[in-house]
Amino acid sequence: MIKRRLNIRMSGLGGQGAVTAAHVMAMAASRDGKFAISNPFFGAEKRMAPAESYCRIGVSRIYDRGELVFPDVIEVFHPQVITMGKSYTMPFYSGIKENGVVIINSDVPLLEREDVQRLKDLDVAVFYIKGTQIALDVAGTELSTNMTMIGSVAGITKCVSLESLDGALQERFGKKFVASGGTATLDEAIKKKFAKKEMLLKKNLDTVVRSYEMAAEWAEKNNVELAVAAA
Amino acid sequence: MATQTVIGTQNKVGQTIADPWKMMHEADRTPCFFTGSEVIKEAIRRANCDVMIAYPITPQSEAAALIGELFAEGYIGDYFRGESEFAVMSECAGAAFGGARVFTTTAGPGTMRAMENFPMWAGARLPIQMIVTCRGINSPLSIQPDTLEISYLLNTGMLVWHAETAQDFFDWILKGYMVSEEPDVHLPLALCCDGFFVTHTKDVVNLTPADMCLPPYDPYRSPVPCMDMECPPVRMMRDPFVMKSNYISYATHASWQQEVWAAVERSRKHTIRWLDGMVEVDNPDADILIVASGTAVSQGREAKAVLEEDGIDLGIVKVKSLRPWPEEEIREATKHAKHIIVPEFNVTGWLAKEIRATIPNPDRVYAGPHVCGGMTMPPEIIAADIKKLLGIKAESLAGRGS
Repeated sequence: MIKRRLNIRMSGLGGQGAVTAAHVMAMAASRDGKFAISNPFFGAEKRMAPAESYCRIGVSRIYDRGELVFPDVIEVFHPQVITMGKSYTMPFYSGIKENGVVIINSDVPLLEREDVQRLKDLDVAVFYIKGTQIALDVAGTELSTNMTMIGSVAGITKCVSLESLDGALQERFGKKFVASGGTATLDEAIKKKFAKKEMLLKKNLDTVVRSYEMAAEWAEKNNVELAVAAA
Repeated sequence: MATQTVIGTQNKVGQTIADPWKMMHEADRTPCFFTGSEVIKEAIRRANCDVMIAYPITPQSEAAALIGELFAEGYIGDYFRGESEFAVMSECAGAAFGGARVFTTTAGPGTMRAMENFPMWAGARLPIQMIVTCRGINSPLSIQPDTLEISYLLNTGMLVWHAETAQDFFDWILKGYMVSEEPDVHLPLALCCDGFFVTHTKDVVNLTPADMCLPPYDPYRSPVPCMDMECPPVRMMRDPFVMKSNYISYATHASWQQEVWAAVERSRKHTIRWLDGMVEVDNPDADILIVASGTAVSQGREAKAVLEEDGIDLGIVKVKSLRPWPEEEIREATKHAKHIIVPEFNVTGWLAKEIRATIPNPDRVYAGPHVCGGMTMPPEIIAADIKKLLGIKAESLAGRGS
């Protein structure tokens, strides 16, 4: 299905980079000449508490903002979003549109039989990706898990190009970036994992590319078609 | 006038002082993909501000921190953190009394805590600009967007504008100083937006050149004596009328309050000129009009697109200025409307009440939908309410929480 607008809801835990992921996706879409808006929603900042972000990408100006109640894509950054109900609603997929896609970062299937059936009734495809493991394998740190979530949604929907993702990552991590105290601390933490900034950018992009390819292959094999119209 | 002579010269960081009208309307613009907080910083970079006083409260903390960066770069004369919002707003008054162009930001409970200062600012005719990134003010504590706090500002004597987007924010911060510093106005401005929806959202914003800035504030354009060696602060309280209880003292207070509100009225012509009208009307001939301010306008625009697919024609009236209140503009824009929908991000529906008090046949006003406490207003909800109002069957919405 080709849409005039693709609505992506990213459900994660504080500190995982869900907010950064949505910002990077929107920055990349903007670089591709599409219209994009991203915004986060979270409570008072703490690690492991539910945090969500939203990215809207489309072919005309986007006014809509705030929590995405009716998404096309839901990304689950952490198993606890499902297993411990660390989501803004139960079930985590409430509001998902028909023919949507759910992407879950987990080594093992997490959905109950009832959930599997409800998603099937809505023709929603479910893609599991071992995001944290890929981040450890490719980038050498689980802090790059959010890169695998960027790569997988981009690989399935092609809503942003890899070239623009590269540019967006450089824009986000290549220069001084001032955010809240919590985000600044995490930025410092990830920088310490790499000897040089160029290495951070390269390893993160490699992580994006690896998950992009895996997701694209899955989508092709399972005939999952969900895309944004050309800009 | 002093401001005329400085145009074309450079300020201390090497920015060229521009003719404000030309800077805002003719200078080249560069599109940037920024959060609202970054946009506040970029506007202040160009505002030739003397003093910014900060206190951390979500969702304005990022903007306040970013302006600290500007201070480090030399763009702001002085920058410091107050002990509380009440202290911040009192310190803003001190700086403005001293002849400085003052900027501050606050949100939610911070606005409420500092409330005593706002009518004082207006009464003292201090053209301070305060960004209000609205958030919930209820208990239990919330950091999420909710516009209830704006209703408390409406009768302070401040100018109150409600920005829809980060672009509004960028332009209105700069234009705001031009309006509020006019000698026949000289009032503080509360420039409001819905927190998170604007401050934390990344969007494309067109910025004026960074090497261009507003002329500095000229305190001697103030209609009341500014504080200097000739007129020390003690004059404010010498022989104060508060000590007297007689007809002269009542008449003084009454006439001064009237003068503050007359100044709000006099700002109308400047506001119309700088904001290109106090309202923006899209498709006024439609039978159904959405009248809204802030993010509710954006959600209304999306609802218009949703309803167009069903062949329902919708008009939008964006209210930019809440004080002064665009009474005539709203009457004119709504004169043909059969249904007036007022979606709001607060529980009381203060905007709908204002509109009902303004127009003939106020039963045309439908106050809703309302969301509050940080909830989002999906355009589908506005569309569903409009369909219900028209007696059209709407699909049931199974969203979050249902």
